Amino acid sequence: MKVELTINGATHVADVEARTTLLDCLRDKLGLTGAHAGCEHGVCGACTILVDGEPARSCLMFAAQADGYEITTIEGLAPAPGELSVVQDAFCETHGMQCGYCTPAMILTAHSLLSRNPSPTREDIVEAISGNVCRCTGYGQIIEAVELAARRLAGSNAAEDAR
Amino acid sequence: MTAPANFKFLSRQRRVREDRRFVAGKGRYIADINRPDALHVALVHSPHPAAKIVSIDADAALALPGVHYVLTGADLAKAVEPMMNGLDTPHVRRFPLAVGQARYAGEWVAAVVADTRALAEDAAELVNVDYEPLPFVIDGEEAYTPQSAPVHAEHGSNILLDRTFVWGEVEKHFSESEHHLSFRVTWGRNSTVPIETFGVLAAWDPWGETLDVWASIQMPKYADQIARAMRLPGNAVRVHYDVDVGGSYGVKRGIKHTVLVGHLSRLLNRPIRLIEDRLENMRAGDAHGPDRIFDVEVAFNSDGIVRSMKMRALDNAGAYAGRAPFQLGKPIGAIVGPYKIASVQYRAISVTSNKAAQEAVRGFGQAPTNYAIETMMDRVAAHLGLDRIELRRRNFIRADEFPYLIPSGTKYDSGDYHTVVDKVLAHVGYEALIAERDALRARGMLAGIGVAACLEPSGGNSSFEPLLNDKNTTTTWMEACRINVDALGAIAATIHTTSSGQGHETLTSTVIGETLGLDPETIRIVRPDSLASLPGNSPVGSRMAIMLGGAAHLAANKLIDKCKAIGALQFGCAVEDVEYAAGAVSHAASGRKLAWAELVNIAHRNFHLLPEGAQPGLEASHVYQVPTAGDLPTTDGRIQMYPCHSFEFHVVLTAIDPITGKVDLKRYVIGHDCGVVINPHIVKGMTLGGIAHGLGATLMEEFAYDDQGQMMSQTFMDYLLPSSHEVPQVEIVHHCTPSPLTVFGQKGSGESGYLGSPAAISGAINDAVAPFGVRFEKLPIRMTKISDAVAAARSGKA
Amino acid sequence: MKAAAFEYVRPVTLSEACAILRADEDARVIAGGQTLVPMMAMRLARPSRLVDVARLPELAGIADEGAAVSFGAATRQLDAEKSTLVKIKLPLLAAALPWVGHRPTRSRGTVGGSVANADPAAEIPLVLVTLAGEVEFATADGVETCAARDFFTGPMMTALPQDAVLTRVRFPVWSGRVGVGFHEVSTRRSDFAYVSACAQVRFENGVCAQLAVGVGGGVPVPTRLDAVAQALVGTAMSDADIDAALEAPVAALDIMTDHYASTDYRRRVARELAARALRDARDAAIGAAA
Repeated sequence: MKVELTINGATHVADVEARTTLLDCLRDKLGLTGAHAGCEHGVCGACTILVDGEPARSCLMFAAQADGYEITTIEGLAPAPGELSVVQDAFCETHGMQCGYCTPAMILTAHSLLSRNPSPTREDIVEAISGNVCRCTGYGQIIEAVELAARRLAGSNAAEDAR
Repeated sequence: MTAPANFKFLSRQRRVREDRRFVAGKGRYIADINRPDALHVALVHSPHPAAKIVSIDADAALALPGVHYVLTGADLAKAVEPMMNGLDTPHVRRFPLAVGQARYAGEWVAAVVADTRALAEDAAELVNVDYEPLPFVIDGEEAYTPQSAPVHAEHGSNILLDRTFVWGEVEKHFSESEHHLSFRVTWGRNSTVPIETFGVLAAWDPWGETLDVWASIQMPKYADQIARAMRLPGNAVRVHYDVDVGGSYGVKRGIKHTVLVGHLSRLLNRPIRLIEDRLENMRAGDAHGPDRIFDVEVAFNSDGIVRSMKMRALDNAGAYAGRAPFQLGKPIGAIVGPYKIASVQYRAISVTSNKAAQEAVRGFGQAPTNYAIETMMDRVAAHLGLDRIELRRRNFIRADEFPYLIPSGTKYDSGDYHTVVDKVLAHVGYEALIAERDALRARGMLAGIGVAACLEPSGGNSSFEPLLNDKNTTTTWMEACRINVDALGAIAATIHTTSSGQGHETLTSTVIGETLGLDPETIRIVRPDSLASLPGNSPVGSRMAIMLGGAAHLAANKLIDKCKAIGALQFGCAVEDVEYAAGAVSHAASGRKLAWAELVNIAHRNFHLLPEGAQPGLEASHVYQVPTAGDLPTTDGRIQMYPCHSFEFHVVLTAIDPITGKVDLKRYVIGHDCGVVINPHIVKGMTLGGIAHGLGATLMEEFAYDDQGQMMSQTFMDYLLPSSHEVPQVEIVHHCTPSPLTVFGQKGSGESGYLGSPAAISGAINDAVAPFGVRFEKLPIRMTKISDAVAAARSGKA
Repeated sequence: MKAAAFEYVRPVTLSEACAILRADEDARVIAGGQTLVPMMAMRLARPSRLVDVARLPELAGIADEGAAVSFGAATRQLDAEKSTLVKIKLPLLAAALPWVGHRPTRSRGTVGGSVANADPAAEIPLVLVTLAGEVEFATADGVETCAARDFFTGPMMTALPQDAVLTRVRFPVWSGRVGVGFHEVSTRRSDFAYVSACAQVRFENGVCAQLAVGVGGGVPVPTRLDAVAQALVGTAMSDADIDAALEAPVAALDIMTDHYASTDYRRRVARELAARALRDARDAAIGAAA
């Protein structure tokens, strides 16, 4: 079946099976491989994308369900090729990752948090990322990255889409 | 060895270069690498823990459009060699698919090849296997008994290894000691469980007769093993190392997966792709970790000095041998921990059972052993009524006693344990921490403090192989680096492995930049494939800072020597009188200088200006032997295991809800000494991540099996990985005792945190429940068990 | 972990959805899919057809009905959590919602889906039973209403006919100001709870005038403890009153067990969490009245 999806502001059409998850559609049909399969049953969060600005598990949606929403993937965050968003740059600054596998989902989750809550407490950050499992870092430098990004955004005139 | 303060790039808070691609979603993981003509594999798995495979009927599966092939173990076994065992156990045969008999629930019995993964799964459901269930054994101690159901009947028993080492005068020390005590602790079966499962893509080229392999791999001698199993010359297997690995921490060995898809690719002349799904990964990825029972006897005096220890470690390897028994061998290199224990008896037992096969896990057996040693120190302190930290201090090796030879033959390189402990206690405010614990108790909480002091042997070599297997004479575990300066003066350096988050590109560029005095950002790091690679052994055993760092530094020094030789000829002076700094050579007496561009130009274009015998171009390689390695074990089983020994000291305060058993880690402080740090961000991340991993092993992670031999934790809903809510904020107290054995004084840190946090957290829980007369001696300590035990103790008192 | 093949349909009206479900007994409704999709990925569920009701207008919207607030079944849990109406009129549901999965599952998961799946550890069904709410569902024959206490029949089992679409979930609103308490426990926060408990209390003249308390998690269906309410209404709800009132009803609960938590654990913790929820609710109610 054909699905028409709005991803990072552009319209994409893909031919999928009904059983194709949004995750598999993004990766295998549209070449957007920044969303990663971790558990494929909705626990680890490595496949997290934004649907209308809110984080969602792309392994728990079928592509057929996803038309009509504004979908944001990690490929949609960088302001320009080779240029990082404030959140992405903050993750580099604190080394908020190791293997990088959970990282795109973690950054989208952080991006969403900072979009609705520009000055989150540590507890807010912990809660926001609690659905994204990271096996490498023990979360410390991830939390530091989100705190740093919040500070930098507060002190800048970065547009919403540069978060 | 340079003092840390004199480094320009090393030990500085510099960014990790790999991060840039990861934050952009541009990591290149195995699932991101595809070939349009690739076929996909799904597995048929055994529902029985032990069963004879009577027949396999694949007709219905093959009848599905888009299904290409169904491979059985019997067919595969005709075409490939059995996979290697670490020990000399030839009758414990292992193939990627079960041959004749399934030996654990979930084991792969047949592989289905189809156009898509979903279709392969559809077809796998249609493969009809006729089984004849056999008796099985799950428990390790039961497997050790002669009457247990043999997992490999041809082997004669379930015992893979049963060897007793005696180092020093154990019986004498026991008889001389004023006190003895004994106890048992159990380390539950868990693993590192990376968020990315294992995956591999193999493509056989029938015209070139080569097998190209892309895999999420962390495996020494991987290409060799694939070639050997597939009866190919080594140079017919090309492993591509430019694959980002989504976490491994030891387990991503993937030999069985790769031999399977390699064979299928050769058979079907198509690229074949197998990306484990989470169910396949959990039940049959053959990536479970140690599963170990320790029986410890300890002899000590009233002053707290521990004289001798007898340790029996029985490890349940699961259905096949692999490298599991070696995980009992590596801890021999730090069998006394940071303590001056004069003699040790160590009995290492490895048994097969009808659980999934075991693989190398972070620390390679050291974390369980540290848990046993640290529990021992807590028990001795409790027995004598001594403070646990004071007891440890009395037994620590002193800073002035290094290098220190332990009874089992390893010489510890350096350390200053007392100072690290002092710094941690000053940071934490130990008296205040005790007061906080007591205040929590007064409020009705269960509260406890845990401590752990332990070592991270690092610089991984493979001395445990010849130690446990007489036929193995391996005495090197080299790592290498090549540096190439192009004709424009730009530098590219090679590393010969995949990485799974350790930041090897950052490591290598930093070391070369430091050595050459050039900006590391300008140095490109590349990963040739295995056929273009220098010898190496991949990132295992906390070795790459030491080994890859050492190789890169020494290769850079060779480049400097070439530059100096060019300079000497130009300046008309002796090489010894030429100075190298920041890319240029100079001669102090004449004031002459040659800049980088001039050196490069001479090397690449002016053969007439090169010294006699010099090769044109500017490149250098170094293959680095592990410091201290090179000897075979003595007949009484002593050997230098790893060269370097990092130290960590944990203090943790926990508060536990007395009714629900919910464990809250209120304070977590770790003192960490891994010598000279190359990149502080990386070391910090390893340490924090290791603590979180150990927290999981202590409180929630377990591959649990039921009475029927079925694994109960096959999904992430049952196998619980710590989330941001459970992992505490950790405070790190740094200390630096350089290693005298390494090029910068660096030691390893890849296993830090994990090696001590289970001991520390379990110690804190046991301190919290001690007032109730309760003690937990098995990991994981589930919150529900804490609640049940405390409730039982309370009702007993009532 | 790919789902078995199925057909995907997205009817535009409720009656069309009902007709499809009646014609195909292996069809299943999907809205948020946060429970169903993992089951399908593991092939523990293999519907022939998925009937996507997420965008049916009949299933949309949060309605203030005066004595109740009702949710179109396809209301996202996160939208309920963000709703000011919910915060003001259904403080117990507001307290429970942050415990439902994680934000990324609440953003897709629906109020109706949580009710229809009837996981014994699910928070929304617990609140619904505790407050004596009701559900509405439609079949090709028309719309029916079912009291929450009759709706949940066992773990993952409900009175919902196979060919029905759950349309609305209705929570009674108590007049006056109420205090609430919600507690649950699991090894990781936001996992399925070993035990959960919630309570809602209203005080008049220093004594409890109205009370509802329920437990979930360790029991086959979320269970409202009416005997506790009977015992505590008219008292000041001292800690001792609460403990005494809970003793027999908790002892009588039908408790489940598994590898992770014993029967004793669940009963003991159910008593404790119910007591904590009642104490929290009492304190909040008194604070509100004062």
